[in-house]
Amino acid sequence: MLNTLRRSFVPAAWLGWQIESNWTDPFLFLVFSVVKPVASVLILVFMYQAVSRAGADAPIYAYIYLGNAFYIYVGAVMAGASYSILDDRERYRSLKYIYIAPVSIPIYLFGRAVARFITGTIAVVITLGAGALFFRVPFNPLTVDWPLFLGALALGIVCLTFMGVLIGTWTMTLRTEPWFVGDAVAAALYLFSGAIFPLTVLPSFLQPIGFALPLTYWLELLRRAVLGPGAAAFPTLAAFSNGQLFGILGGITVVFGLVAFLGYRYFDQVARDNGMIDAQSNF
Amino acid sequence: MTTLVNTRPPDRGWRLFLRTIVARAYPRVVGQQREKAWIFFETFLPFLATVGYIYVYRAMQAPEDYIGFVVMGGAMTAFWLNVMWSMASQLYWEKESGNLALYVMAPNSLMAILLGMALGGMFATTLRAVIITVLGSLLFGIQFQVSSYLQLLVVFVLTMTALYGLGMLLASLFLLWGREAWQISVALQEPIYFLSGFYFPIRSFGFAIAMSASIVPLTLGMDAMRQLVFATGPALGFLPVQVEVAVLLVLAVGFVAAARFWLSYMERRAIEEGTLTDRRR
Repeated sequence: MLNTLRRSFVPAAWLGWQIESNWTDPFLFLVFSVVKPVASVLILVFMYQAVSRAGADAPIYAYIYLGNAFYIYVGAVMAGASYSILDDRERYRSLKYIYIAPVSIPIYLFGRAVARFITGTIAVVITLGAGALFFRVPFNPLTVDWPLFLGALALGIVCLTFMGVLIGTWTMTLRTEPWFVGDAVAAALYLFSGAIFPLTVLPSFLQPIGFALPLTYWLELLRRAVLGPGAAAFPTLAAFSNGQLFGILGGITVVFGLVAFLGYRYFDQVARDNGMIDAQSNF
Repeated sequence: MTTLVNTRPPDRGWRLFLRTIVARAYPRVVGQQREKAWIFFETFLPFLATVGYIYVYRAMQAPEDYIGFVVMGGAMTAFWLNVMWSMASQLYWEKESGNLALYVMAPNSLMAILLGMALGGMFATTLRAVIITVLGSLLFGIQFQVSSYLQLLVVFVLTMTALYGLGMLLASLFLLWGREAWQISVALQEPIYFLSGFYFPIRSFGFAIAMSASIVPLTLGMDAMRQLVFATGPALGFLPVQVEVAVLLVLAVGFVAAARFWLSYMERRAIEEGTLTDRRR
């Protein structure tokens, strides 16, 4: 176990960090890490300001802002883990060497996700800080339920990494347009997980998709941890206690872990059989 | 034994320029139609994001015209993505795959190659933008009230000329920047969506910021199109349409001229130094 960590996880995390950060100086790296997520949240802030007369006190404002802020982790960790396998295969052409090295590929992907998690965390912290300081988002670090927040965050990140490993190994078997898959899944989850609007706004026939997704419960837990009773303004998941939400999220995470494990074994075999480990999709 | 001898003199000047455009546009037009997955993802992804923003406005109980603004913004994202990924980053990709040295060695102009890419890419992207607009309009019942089709056409053509001129300029700059180009393309996406007001009227920024954001042609292009297409558009517009048309004209000329200068500079450097086209650098 320790050997696997030493050989696969730690070097992958370090490599991921280097790939993410060493293309420029630290200041510019910080700016680039922050500008994208902050801009995406600003789009929503200005959309809100353009049409709403209720101001920042309306519960929907905090709902949208926080949902979008925490959704940064989805793009960073889930889509990031799937991109890293394509980066290695297509851009750096190093996946074939990693495959013949004595490393565990799923653990390696977990390691690569760590770097994205760190850059994502920087962006989330700055987005939340900017929200509290400049955009009147009711975020106060002193009133946050930290045990609930950290527990939900950790469980959600593990679940996202499982999803990333699954998508990453699936994309490895695709000959055409593998780059779009991570983005497509992240975009679909953005729409159906209630990240930026309550699920009840969706047509009723689409709402069950949202209830089947772990992110729906993860984002609700994070909002409750940050906003406290204010998070209950939307009835979508109001009937569930925090414990029940944790239970559902934990159950779905276990299912995704199992699916990721089986999916990895299957897609890995397909990729080997079809000679996809060193394939080039001619991007 | 017969030998085939090509007696036709090689094309030069504008003939070569035009043939290069057609030759480079062809694979874009034909190739993209053959790649069904590409069409699906390039339409599907902007549309999903667009639908997300539509539901945000629905949750805020916004006036219906704002839903139309979002659909138009969603359609225009296809052009921005095409410019950034299939044009600005293109020379960098070509360098990575080893084709750039061949482009520079060939007797045709890089400007013609990029123009061919632009026209080929624009054809497919326009189709996608139309699909997003039609789907969005049908699914969400958007009401259009076009005040002048001629002005709308002029605004669209000027916006596209300026936008693809900017793409050509970025193509040469991204090549000089190397690995940073990838990061810049990724990092610029949301800031441009924000600053260009893809999903809300840019007058929300106030004059100074809206004017600064107008350096990106889509900012004024979309603002003018919204004014011409929606009933409440003129009331929410940033500048009068005629002024926006004049600024777009300046941007179009400026970006195309700047792109021509930078491409020539980059081509000269590639020939003199022999390192710019090397994928290991």
